[in-house]
Amino acid sequence: MSEIVLNIDGKEVAASAGMTVLQAAQQADIHIPTLCHHEKLEAYGGCRLCIVEVEARGRKSYVVSCLYPVEPGIVVRTRSEKVDKIRKVLVEELMAHAPDAPELVRLAEEYGADRHRFDKETSFCVLCGLCVRYCDEVKHKNAVGFIENGAVREISFIPEIAAKECWSCQECFTLCPTSYAQAAYLLTEALAFPGRREAHSHAHAHATPEPERRVIPITPVAATA
Amino acid sequence: MTMLKLNSAAELEALRAKILAGRDPAKPCIAVCAGAACDGMDSAAVACAFLAEVGRQQLGERLELRTTGCHGYCERGPNVVVTPGEICYFEVAPADVPEIVAATLRGEVVERLVYHDPASGAKAVHMNEVPFYKHQTRLLIGDNPKIDPMKIDDYLAVGGYAALIKALTEMTPDQVLDEVKRANLRGRGGGGFPAGSKWETTRNAPEKIKYVIVNGHEGESAAFMDRAMLTGNPHKVLEGLIIGAYAIGAQRGFMYTRHDMPLLEKHVRNALAQAKEYGLLGENILGSGFSLEVELHFDVGIFVSGESSALMRSIEGNAPEPRPKYVRTSVSGIWDKPSNLNNVETWANVPQIISRGAEWFTSIGSEKSRGTKLISLSGNVVNSGVVEVPMGTPLRTLVFDIGGGVRDGKTLKAIHFGGAMGGSIPARLIDAPLDFDGMSKLGAPIGAGGLLLMDEDTDMVEVARYLMDFLTKESCGKCVPCREGMQQMLQTLTRLTEGRGRQGDLELLEDLVEVTGLGSLCALGKTSGDPLKSMFRYFRPEYEARISNQAANQAADQAAAGSGDTK
Ligand SMILES: Cc1cc2nc3c(=O)[nH]c(=O)nc-3n(C[C@H](O)[C@H](O)[C@H](O)COP(=O)(O)O)c2cc1C
Ligand code: SF4
Ligand code: SF4
Ligand code: FES
Ligand code: FES
Repeated sequence: MSEIVLNIDGKEVAASAGMTVLQAAQQADIHIPTLCHHEKLEAYGGCRLCIVEVEARGRKSYVVSCLYPVEPGIVVRTRSEKVDKIRKVLVEELMAHAPDAPELVRLAEEYGADRHRFDKETSFCVLCGLCVRYCDEVKHKNAVGFIENGAVREISFIPEIAAKECWSCQECFTLCPTSYAQAAYLLTEALAFPGRREAHSHAHAHATPEPERRVIPITPVAATA
Repeated sequence: MTMLKLNSAAELEALRAKILAGRDPAKPCIAVCAGAACDGMDSAAVACAFLAEVGRQQLGERLELRTTGCHGYCERGPNVVVTPGEICYFEVAPADVPEIVAATLRGEVVERLVYHDPASGAKAVHMNEVPFYKHQTRLLIGDNPKIDPMKIDDYLAVGGYAALIKALTEMTPDQVLDEVKRANLRGRGGGGFPAGSKWETTRNAPEKIKYVIVNGHEGESAAFMDRAMLTGNPHKVLEGLIIGAYAIGAQRGFMYTRHDMPLLEKHVRNALAQAKEYGLLGENILGSGFSLEVELHFDVGIFVSGESSALMRSIEGNAPEPRPKYVRTSVSGIWDKPSNLNNVETWANVPQIISRGAEWFTSIGSEKSRGTKLISLSGNVVNSGVVEVPMGTPLRTLVFDIGGGVRDGKTLKAIHFGGAMGGSIPARLIDAPLDFDGMSKLGAPIGAGGLLLMDEDTDMVEVARYLMDFLTKESCGKCVPCREGMQQMLQTLTRLTEGRGRQGDLELLEDLVEVTGLGSLCALGKTSGDPLKSMFRYFRPEYEARISNQAANQAADQAAAGSGDTK
């Protein structure tokens, strides 16, 4: 594979063709924040937190590093006044929905984001799509999907599939940056196939430890933190 | 006329000669507009009345009747144009029909139904005397009154498909490409990107399978010229597409149009079927060895599906979400194959560039923007409708000479271009020329060509709120800056219009405009703040006044409430 040399934060970094700027940076131990990115999943480009400044052929632009392919000679800045400002506002926007998500709290500190800048509308989900894409691309079950567009978009478990598949999987819960995936699942369970949890624990009272152990406790989040 | 597959250019020319021989130019023809606006004013009843009258008097031999697409002057519909002479009758009612028929047979004019100048009362009988039409250059839309969109023969009668013959028989694909490049045809769908270079990118892409697509989505609010073009003269757009496919080396084409316009669907479907029957589509077109299949696709009713990558995902059968990859659709589009997308009007320009040449085309318009532009005129304008003028035409001509100025004798406050991703400029810039780059610099990019007039009573904060409300509903919701940023901008603007502005709101809006513009995934989000940018540039005091007034009022209210409490 052909070697490509690019410059990230003043450092010459070698990468191979087809890599993204994010991969090149990670390889060189340069940290770029991400929220919707996951190694196992196709790059999504939704959260835009991994945005960086790129100078190529004399032109400066802002691109998301999880998708932007490495090119020889480009100059990448993972931090700049503009980049930091974009990340700060993005975090502020997301904190209107999930003010206590640990990753957001950490990012808020780093970028000086004001978690109260926007009126709270605590839906908890930041719509990173990790649960949806994991269930689709890795599990091929599509038990959870997006419904609606724009500002009213949300994720939703499809009861028919969830009843069959999710019980023994629950893998997306740990991917979720806000623990909403689990909450949404539990809500679906309660509404669409109630009694399942009890029946299950009876039947397996003396059997091997259950997938339930994987249910992570939902961190209590105050609605108007 | 019996339908037959034409196997050569000569056969097509023979057919054209036969069609023309069967038509007497001196025989009067009454063309009733059945475009969307006239249809809304029940032009169908007028057309029926003509049909009944001609039937009753058995005038079929002496009079031709035709229903057509949009003539342009939608404001004054139902429109009727009588040839020869292009006599224009406005606001025609079924009751007027016997009189028009009688006058037409006598070679006379029904004076009361022609144009009267609202100020002087002066009459204008013929199309080229009517102020709305006489300042236009109607190269694309001008054939509409001459064509029944359901009849390919009507298109052939006005010289249709002659450009295709020329391209297939006299030119190599490279020569066609070169002609379009030299014409400097720029995309009419919003970006003004040179069509020739885009075609070349797709042509040069290594993949053998290539696609060409017509973008007939036309989601921009206050834009209605693409549907007028495509519904009224579908073969012109199709001819452009076939020529483009030949130049690019595409084997398959798509017409992507609105799902909510039955007439448009009917006309396009019919045009595709007729072209196929005549052998202008399908295998070995006119015996040239070039083959092309074209199919019709419908949008899913959301604005973002007009964006190139979302549109292509939609054609693939996926949800129309913009694709995040940093690779152009002209290289990797539908099913990852090179796909060239152009707007309806862009394609419609192609036949005339081929027949009349790049030199002719570049003699029209302004230096960097050649040819004509279709404009939808609406808002507080006297004459709303579909207009076509050379690029470089001063806005004043559009607004006053053609548009007739502002409604109800009010004064002009602002001109808005480009819908929810466009911008507003103040009335004092009325002499700016209609030009892609010039208008972008002023902050009101032409976009697809929706021009909205705003009078003195317009609340510019409300305009921004209204446009943001539209876009917020149209965001696909995938990326954070667009989904969240627009929602926050909308909430802030709503607060301002409702008298709940806060200190710092303008700065907040400016932050959001900047971050949404830089951070969004597709052009919808990237340009969503453009109207606001133009507001801050030209109408800032109006916004500031809202804040200071509101802040002051609120303070006063609170003080009053506070003192009330203590009493
Ligand atoms: C949100 C969005 C909506 C769009 N809608 C349309 C549309 O309705 N019609 C259109 O021709 N182009 C539309 N465009 C522009 C297309 O992406 C594309 O640039 C255009 O069709 C290319 O054709 P042209 O080069 O001939 O202008 C839209 C772009 C965006 C970002
Ligand atoms: S539920 Fe969690 S993982 Fe799924 S989209 Fe929302 S925040 Fe992302
Ligand atoms: S900018 Fe808006 S419309 Fe475009 S991908 Fe992002 S959310 Fe969807
Ligand atoms: S990590 Fe790149 S956009 Fe989310
Ligand atoms: S619809 Fe009849 S003139 Fe436009």
